[in-house]
Amino acid sequence: MADKFVATNELGSWLAALSDQYRTLVPRREGDAVVFQPFEESRPVELDARPTKSPKEAVFPQCEALLTFAYNKNPETPGRVEVAVTEKMGGAPTVVVGGRPCDASGFFTFDRVYDSERVKDLNYLHRREQTLFVSLVCEKPATTCFCNWVGGGPASANGSDALMIPVDGGYVLESLTDSGGKLLEGLSDASDVQTKQAQSVKSAAEEAMDKAPDLSAAQEQLLAHFDDAEFWEEQSGKCISCGTCTYLCPTCYCFNITDEQFGHEGVRLRTWDNCMSSLFTMEASGHNPRPTKAHRLKNRVGHKFSYYPSLHGGNIACCGCGRCIKSCPASVDIRAIVLNAIATPVSQPEG
Amino acid sequence: MTQAPNPYLPAVGTITETIQETPTIKTFRVVLNSEEAMKNFTFHPGQVGQLSVFGTGESTFVINSPPTRMDYLQFSVMRAGEVTAKLHSLSAGDQVGVRAPLGNWFPYEELKGKDIVFVGGGIGMAPLRTLLLYMLDNRSDYGEISVLYGARSPQDMAFQYELPEWLERSDMNTVLTIDAAAEGWEHSVGLIPNVLLEMEPSPKNTVAITCGPPIMIKFTLQALQKLGFKDDQIITTLEKRMKCGVGICGRCNIGGSYVCVDGPVYTYEQLKALPNEL
Repeated sequence: MADKFVATNELGSWLAALSDQYRTLVPRREGDAVVFQPFEESRPVELDARPTKSPKEAVFPQCEALLTFAYNKNPETPGRVEVAVTEKMGGAPTVVVGGRPCDASGFFTFDRVYDSERVKDLNYLHRREQTLFVSLVCEKPATTCFCNWVGGGPASANGSDALMIPVDGGYVLESLTDSGGKLLEGLSDASDVQTKQAQSVKSAAEEAMDKAPDLSAAQEQLLAHFDDAEFWEEQSGKCISCGTCTYLCPTCYCFNITDEQFGHEGVRLRTWDNCMSSLFTMEASGHNPRPTKAHRLKNRVGHKFSYYPSLHGGNIACCGCGRCIKSCPASVDIRAIVLNAIATPVSQPEG
Repeated sequence: MTQAPNPYLPAVGTITETIQETPTIKTFRVVLNSEEAMKNFTFHPGQVGQLSVFGTGESTFVINSPPTRMDYLQFSVMRAGEVTAKLHSLSAGDQVGVRAPLGNWFPYEELKGKDIVFVGGGIGMAPLRTLLLYMLDNRSDYGEISVLYGARSPQDMAFQYELPEWLERSDMNTVLTIDAAAEGWEHSVGLIPNVLLEMEPSPKNTVAITCGPPIMIKFTLQALQKLGFKDDQIITTLEKRMKCGVGICGRCNIGGSYVCVDGPVYTYEQLKALPNEL
């Protein structure tokens, strides 16, 4: 399919047309943040600033119902209260327009866990299978960007259905999948000049990234530092256990399951959880295997750069978006922690 | 759309009987409401289940009845938090959710022909019970069976309805112990690791299977090592906070090992190869 072009002043009408068929999520300013919201013609789309939150919620809502239940009494057996349980599956055809290539690729981290041979997380899959991504190529990397460290790139096609490339007067749209092609139907073809410019924007974006360091030793070195309490206390010194990093992360997939009941009916909810909280692993006995922030940050970094890769073919559970660095109130930098683990020799236990 | 069983959908079951084992431990015997589901239910000794009270939540417990006795699934629950407190308020006829079986199991096939030493402390006896009863139901497959079961006091000792049988049986050796002497107590007195050293089981062709509070496990391991048990001759089953039970939600991992699916049963040899985070 030929590349398409949408002029900046036609963007709204294209998104409005998409909204007729899809839940169309676009980045928009809400106060100080840029977040993904359903497109509204009266509200401008923010495509220049990087979205503060990732579009993770498009596929993995912050809170969703797994099932509902209702207690009831059968008049034939008045002494007995019965419970009826009903499965809940959310999801509607959705397209995310204006997420970045890192955001789209973040879902691969989920897929390996939520769609494995061992288990299928149907609530996740029902949304995942219905969600398309039109990703905006990042012209200039931010200082917090490191997608190329973890297998991505500012113009990477991986995980997207179409790419949106800023050119003079608008965007060139490159279809990557059949479903992506359908989203672009009705748009005019890009001119040769525009297509050429799009290609050079993509190459310039890739070239603008600093060279990625070699992380091949991270998996082993993070494990080797597991018992090095001093190392982890130093790395986590600034952390305030707020969990901002986990909530903004496109690849953090941990969750909690809780029940809510109203009268005789209720719902079992799945909500995002946060491994930076001491309650995350607290056992009913009071014992906590990760009692300090040093233990918890060690697990977060270790999971992403060591344990997960060891289970999933070397793939790192991080898409390099840098949100955890940019929005951390204490300036904790996961890149520095990984590099420190690689660079710091492992001290031999005494005796 | 993907067709597969929904891992979060519990089967609804009915509590058929409860037993107040100790002031803090209550046992629930549960039958799944679907006759077909109950008939087709299979599990291995040591596997766990998520037991839920709809409206309060789910918690993980071992199925402590053996697969050789399928009249009901038995769960013994120590009151510790919100879900367990709610469970303790339930009685026969009440409805619960069951997601089971989950996790791995004791290597009961590989243990055939070996002598077995069970060392259980407090509620830690529950997971051992399923394997012990399985072995008693297949008695000729196993060598000598010894059980050391300890609790803080006589009142804290669960499964009292079957302890006399364990003590009387000539094909097993049962030792019961409490931490400090108590009136009317006719069995051993002393901490589990010390009583274990007195029992002096031989490590020859023997596997020790232990479960209990972390401090008991720590000293029991030392005692077993003193007795000559090698790391691969010691098996334990772990406690962790769990939610999903299917290796996704992310809290029960020890490094790359998820206790809800790769465990809860580990040999001491396997545990030593994992990061030190119990």
